[in-house]
Amino acid sequence: MIEGAADPGLYDFAPYRARPKITWPGGKTVAVWVAPNLEYYEIDPPNHPQRKAWARPHPDVVGYAHRDHSNRVSHWRMAEVMSKHGFPGSVSLSVALCQHHPEVVADANARGWEFFSHGIYNTRYAYAMDETQERAIIEDSIRTVRDATGQTIRGWLAPALTHTPRTLDLIAEYGLDYTCDLYHDDQAQPVKVGKGSLVSIPYSLEVNDHYGFFIYNMSPREYADTLIRQFERLAAEGEQSGTVMCIPLHAYLIGQPHRIGPFEEALRHIAADGRAWIARAGDIVDAWKGQQP
Amino acid sequence: MTLDPAYLDYPRRRHGYDHDLYPWSALHERTPVQWPGGKSVAVWLCVSLEWFPITPSDTPFRAPGHMQTAYPDFRHYTARDYGTRIGAYRLLDAFAKAGVRASFATNAAIAERYPALVADILAAGHEIIAHSTDMNGTIAGTLPVDEERALIAESLDRMEAASGMRPQGWLSIARSQSFATADLLCDAGLRYTCDWVNDELPYRFSNGLINLPLNHELSDRQIITVQQQSVDSYAQSMIDAFDWLAGEATHFGGRMLPLHLTPYIIGLPYRIAAFEQLITALVARPEAWFATGGEIVDSWAEQNLA
Repeated sequence: MIEGAADPGLYDFAPYRARPKITWPGGKTVAVWVAPNLEYYEIDPPNHPQRKAWARPHPDVVGYAHRDHSNRVSHWRMAEVMSKHGFPGSVSLSVALCQHHPEVVADANARGWEFFSHGIYNTRYAYAMDETQERAIIEDSIRTVRDATGQTIRGWLAPALTHTPRTLDLIAEYGLDYTCDLYHDDQAQPVKVGKGSLVSIPYSLEVNDHYGFFIYNMSPREYADTLIRQFERLAAEGEQSGTVMCIPLHAYLIGQPHRIGPFEEALRHIAADGRAWIARAGDIVDAWKGQQP
Repeated sequence: MTLDPAYLDYPRRRHGYDHDLYPWSALHERTPVQWPGGKSVAVWLCVSLEWFPITPSDTPFRAPGHMQTAYPDFRHYTARDYGTRIGAYRLLDAFAKAGVRASFATNAAIAERYPALVADILAAGHEIIAHSTDMNGTIAGTLPVDEERALIAESLDRMEAASGMRPQGWLSIARSQSFATADLLCDAGLRYTCDWVNDELPYRFSNGLINLPLNHELSDRQIITVQQQSVDSYAQSMIDAFDWLAGEATHFGGRMLPLHLTPYIIGLPYRIAAFEQLITALVARPEAWFATGGEIVDSWAEQNLA
């Protein structure tokens, strides 16, 4: 990016009209990927000068315990529903989860899920890191996920969405090929980086379960209906040129007993529709890359 | 600016937790729980009885639901008191009509100020659990340990003096604790706390204290006042939750549905009928075991589960 510029220069304007046609395998019109966050939040993390980790003095019992619910209870519930309807996960992983709760990581790996990095902990922020520090968390992420799962990470969702001006250049330099941190499009798009190449895969904050439940205050059934509306529109537009729909999740939200049933109905609807190419993030990036001139 | 190099140190990056409060355990791997009578979903009704002094304290923090305007905030003081005078009785009547019993998480000040209400609760066979002194009695990591120990002791002593019973369970205001709370609750002779929302069945802290999870996401406060949904949406969510848990129970053993209720929220005239219908619908379900917190803890502890 162009540090300090009013437009960071991450990409060129590419209007939605008259784009080259993207096609997905099997003639599907929308690539659908599910992105569970498998996270670890520390109970007493060190202070970052630019951001507090918890709203309350440590321990923030409800904040910490709510997120711990994912690993003890709701990951397993969410994952089972996804597997039942044929949705693999593409995981934004707090890589220290590989040490704290390797059972959760192994479960996701055994289900054929893909891992990308979401930093070391979701309570460690990249703001103000110097280049050496930022390289350290990227190298740690690559090494830790490889040791735990055998997979080489291809993507990055910045820890707690905290970046430096160097983040995108650095992950491209390390050979990662997609970022989930840019929200400017419903199709994969190239990102301008210093060395190598980088693709922005559509992620979504708007249909993220956190936004659904804690920004927009949706009921469980309203959120499920939102996913279906998002899917219907993107599947229809994808007849012109293939679109991408991401469903970002947190088990401690979607895996609650009052939400998981309506969510399962949304997955059932999307799987039964016939227009969805249900895939992992890396598969979508590969299919897109194969169609670039 | 460069971050302190220590920011990239992770001294507690290890198997299990970054603390020693309770051991790591995933729900689905535990020995299945069996509830009495072959029932599979324990439904726990927990009512908060809160007295908000019109002179709020911000130390260590101001409780949710507390005074909001400049002194004297008659609006919020009296609206909260409405819950204790009227809403609590609507709930007592609803419970009696449905033939179910509940736990009442009660400020000691409620027992002192409204002994008739507490006598009615106990006479109906409900359980009272401790809920601090009053809504200024908040706990957080910034509260000196001696003050926290005294607050817990005072809550229990005043409750016992006013009601004749000493609670076995504890709910902190806003479920907020310090790092010392689990030990202090144990030392005070309490058997269980309801503060940690990380699980859906009872489990033990390292010091022996039992946590009985009172899911904040399923509370009337969270759904109706924080997320601004209708009481019908609330009731639908509780039915959806019950259905899901009953389904899980066929594969994994007993499950638990905690309904956390606030008299000044759910006990309003335009909401209570939907709540009564919800309870009627749940009572009619053959899987449902309505129980107090103490009864759920007893049943779980008798099975010697981890």
